[in-house]
Amino acid sequence: MGATASHLGKDLLSEYQELTFLTKQEILLAHKRFTELLSREDKNLPDPRAPTEAILTLPELKSNPFRERIVRVFSTSESRDGLTFEDFLDLLSAFSDSATLEIKSHYAFRIFDFDDDGTLDENDLEKLVNCLTGETDETRLTPDEMKQLISNILEESDIDKDGTVNLSEFQHVISRSPDFVSSFKIVL
Amino acid sequence: MDCEYNTSVLKTGEGCDTRNGKPTSGRKRRRRRESKKERKKDEGRGSRNAQHAVDSGERTEKERQRKRRKDREEKAEHVQSLDKSKVNSRDFAAKNKKNLKNEKTRSKGRSKRELEEGEAKQPQRKGCAKAEENEQDTCERAGKRKGKKKKHRKKVETSSEQESSEDGDKEGEGEDEEVEEEEEEVEKEVRPETLTPEELEKLKEAVDDKKKLIQALRGKPWPMKKKHSTLRESQEFLEKYEGALGKGKGRKLYAYKVMMNKKWMKFKRDFENFTTACIPWEMKIKEIESHFGSSVASYFIFLRWMYGINMILFGLTFGLVMVPEALMGRPYGSMPRKTVPRAEETNAMDFAVLWDFGGYAQYSVLFYGYYNSQRAIGWLKFRMPLSYFLVGVGTVAYSYMVVIRKMARNANETGGGDENSFNFSWKTFTSWDYLIGNPETADNKFASITTSFKEAILEEQESRKDDNIHLTRFLRVLANFLVLCCLAGSGYLIYFVVRRSQKFALEGFENHTWWERNEVNMVMSLLGMFCPMLFDVISALENYHPRVALQWQLGRIFALFLGNLYTFIIALMDEINLKRKEEDVVQFNMTMWEASLHNNTADNSTAPPLFTHPADVPRGPCWETMVGQEFVRLIISDTMTTYITLLIGDFLRAVLVRFLNYCWCWDLEAGFPSYSEFDVSGNVLGLIFNQGMIWMGAFYAPCLPALNVLRLHVSMYLQCWAVMCCNVPQERVFKASGSNNFYMAMLLVILFLSTLPAIYTIVTIPPSFDCGPFSGKARMFDVIQETLESDFPAWISKVFSYAANPGLVLPFMLLMVLAIYYLQSTSKSYKEANVELKKKLQMQNEENKKKNKRAALKAAMELEEARKAPSSRTAEQHYNPSHQHRRHDMADSRAGSFSSDQGKNGDDQAPFTDCRRSKPVKASASSRGRHANQGATAGYPAGHPRQSEPSRLQRVASTQRR
Repeated sequence: MGATASHLGKDLLSEYQELTFLTKQEILLAHKRFTELLSREDKNLPDPRAPTEAILTLPELKSNPFRERIVRVFSTSESRDGLTFEDFLDLLSAFSDSATLEIKSHYAFRIFDFDDDGTLDENDLEKLVNCLTGETDETRLTPDEMKQLISNILEESDIDKDGTVNLSEFQHVISRSPDFVSSFKIVL
Repeated sequence: MDCEYNTSVLKTGEGCDTRNGKPTSGRKRRRRRESKKERKKDEGRGSRNAQHAVDSGERTEKERQRKRRKDREEKAEHVQSLDKSKVNSRDFAAKNKKNLKNEKTRSKGRSKRELEEGEAKQPQRKGCAKAEENEQDTCERAGKRKGKKKKHRKKVETSSEQESSEDGDKEGEGEDEEVEEEEEEVEKEVRPETLTPEELEKLKEAVDDKKKLIQALRGKPWPMKKKHSTLRESQEFLEKYEGALGKGKGRKLYAYKVMMNKKWMKFKRDFENFTTACIPWEMKIKEIESHFGSSVASYFIFLRWMYGINMILFGLTFGLVMVPEALMGRPYGSMPRKTVPRAEETNAMDFAVLWDFGGYAQYSVLFYGYYNSQRAIGWLKFRMPLSYFLVGVGTVAYSYMVVIRKMARNANETGGGDENSFNFSWKTFTSWDYLIGNPETADNKFASITTSFKEAILEEQESRKDDNIHLTRFLRVLANFLVLCCLAGSGYLIYFVVRRSQKFALEGFENHTWWERNEVNMVMSLLGMFCPMLFDVISALENYHPRVALQWQLGRIFALFLGNLYTFIIALMDEINLKRKEEDVVQFNMTMWEASLHNNTADNSTAPPLFTHPADVPRGPCWETMVGQEFVRLIISDTMTTYITLLIGDFLRAVLVRFLNYCWCWDLEAGFPSYSEFDVSGNVLGLIFNQGMIWMGAFYAPCLPALNVLRLHVSMYLQCWAVMCCNVPQERVFKASGSNNFYMAMLLVILFLSTLPAIYTIVTIPPSFDCGPFSGKARMFDVIQETLESDFPAWISKVFSYAANPGLVLPFMLLMVLAIYYLQSTSKSYKEANVELKKKLQMQNEENKKKNKRAALKAAMELEEARKAPSSRTAEQHYNPSHQHRRHDMADSRAGSFSSDQGKNGDDQAPFTDCRRSKPVKASASSRGRHANQGATAGYPAGHPRQSEPSRLQRVASTQRR
């Protein structure tokens, strides 16, 4: 697994192609971008981990309201911050053009699940809506509106009526959406 | 069992080779396997029960005990001693390979189990993370003793996540068999011939499963490490066993096949990489995507797609029409139609003339008139007229095919029928465009999402009251009236201008100004530029919802363009008729002229036949070339206006706003002029109409696709640049996919409307007598008839004439109509069935809800009872399973008819309840099961999320029936 900081082995490259939805060029580009994020001493480590702050500076993620969540979801470290190159590839693969709806919706669910408890409850939904409406006060929804909105969402998507949206319900809703696949994309 | 094991060990110990595969050993092995199967069945049941046991530490303890017991049963004494002291075993195993292996695996297994135990003691991680870990655990473990347990592995591969967690438990228990299976493996590795057919089958299945796993691996939401290890492991497995399959010759063939398959896969991957590298402008579009979101990018993707189509059209016309004529046809100047007439010769090379596609440009391969009617040209005997005709038909057919295919694909993608049922959920879950990488766009997106939320909430609360409905109605009628006036006015203006230009043309262009010469195109372009703005102003009267307003706007622009195009065509038709009258006159004159020539030569017949220079020969007006020229001019002026508006409207404006802002009295950037937005719909419409003109004119001017390719190429760069440097992201951000098929539908309509006049002219108007590939024929399509008669055997033309017989054509058309009717009615019925199913689903949901509640109530009551009487607890639990089982049956019969999904769950559950009845010992498991049952109704308790995610729904369905 030793992705050396300087370049990728041929076998590894082809394995990555097998394991992700990325093409060779994309993997190489990703590798280049990733090594740029690493600090100098990190580069010599066997399996370097780019810190979350560095990853958030990527222009592709900079304006994304879910950027912290994305990094958390894809991070495999114990403390859930920082990405190794393979985590980074996982991220790009899930957000790539050719990734399936299934995998996209899976990760979308995990991104939206702010407290990592496996379901989207009202708190998650509120945080999600707040992320979507931005930080400024003028675009925020009033508490009444928020309440109304969340109850509407739950009414639509919560099929088993347990007050939360779980993954299969989420995927059910998402799979009918015409533009989820086209907008759930991050391209380097 | 014991002695069997002993013998095999002894044999290897003494240097005898079991690998010789004596027939007896095979039989024995089979017997052993059977007994193993039975044991496994038991354990399978156990594991299903144990699945609910969250406390895996307890389970592993039990397993170990069981294992020891079995060990004791199975092993000879010296093996047991091995088991106990490692040092000793190593000494011994130096002599005995197999025993060493056994030892190793056992110790591995043990250490692994210890690990597992430790993990189980750890506080449980939450949710899916836990489930995944479980899985990962399983895989890693399996990876270490790869290939040893095909049966288990198979299950892990094919199972969904839900099952695999179960398998993880099973695997833990199945470790007892390791020893024996290991023994088998060793033999298999070396001598696949000794395998029984069933084993071979199994192996093959396992190999196939591995292959499937490898292919599906990228679609699994696992972390890379796990995917990687799974891949490596399964690849190793494949390498090990793939070659071993098959016998003798077949084996070699199989290995060859496998190798070729690998090569092929590699080639495919390389090819994929290559093709993605070949897609032009990918980076540009991605950059725009990240700045402006997917809707603006969708325009550029559309533009690229158009470029692709035009490339192919260009390839067809260029390769099959223009190049053959230029290379193999008669050269320029050899005949009247290929020479500039004497009158125009003096300024045929002037730039102004060439810019209008007159002069030398007119008498070149670029236009219809240049082509010769000679049937076959060059040494290839290339059938020029036929090729010309077929290419004309082919371009249209190809375009239809491509557009319709694209439409169908888009429809498939959007496919979801119910738009309104998930309105709010979609707004929250899917409205963010992850491609946005520009803070400004992100701000706009935030704002637009907020407004959409607010709007939706408002609409949901109550439909807004219209305070003055009469006024709005009046205003809307007025607006539509105004728009109609605009449309009529623009139509008349075009007609007027075309007529005037005809007059000028009759008088000769030379004595008119540039404006008068280019009036038609300029007027059309200007109308196309300003009318949409006018419509925009008018639509402010109407007070529609922005989305509806956009649709109206698009519809009006569409009508305007279409009206303009069709007035233009009608005017052209008039002109064609004029030209044809002129042609008659010329034809008459020509016979006179020829007769006079003949008279001259008749006087002195001995003289050589008089040679007149082709430039001097009088000729007809050639209406086809005229039509082609008109279209080319139209395209050119259209392109020019687009570029110029781009430069002035976007670039100049941006520059002014940017630099005048320093010394202006109000904020130009935020205030009135500001920067322009990129108008996606307008641009797409422009592109579509441009394409329509290409389709219309391509038959008479083969150069049109080439021109269009050039235009699209330039506008790709120009617009990319303009968007990036002087546009701001839209405030109303529209979704890309929603309008995609709308645009495609427009393209299809335009395609149809533009092929209509072209086909009309081809079919009804006879070609000019002295120019073009069809000169001398009554109709252009006669070329087909001619080819059939002269180039094909007689029977084909006979068949063709029969096929073209109305007696055959009419029934055929009838059949097509019937087929359409049939398909439509089936689609209708499918739709109805869909609605029915949806209703059923809803009903089922409600039913489930009710049942859930009922079950929860009952469970709560039972729990209460149990608490009240803790002393009678064990007795109740003995009684409980059968009771629950009965209830389960009842529920099943009630809901069984509803869905296969539930039925499946019922099946899954049957053994579970069975074993509960048969093994009431597992009191803890059953109480836990009830706990879970209660938890399902009151939200998942802390222990529950351990289950993997996708299985949740089914789990709910299954738990509620307990």
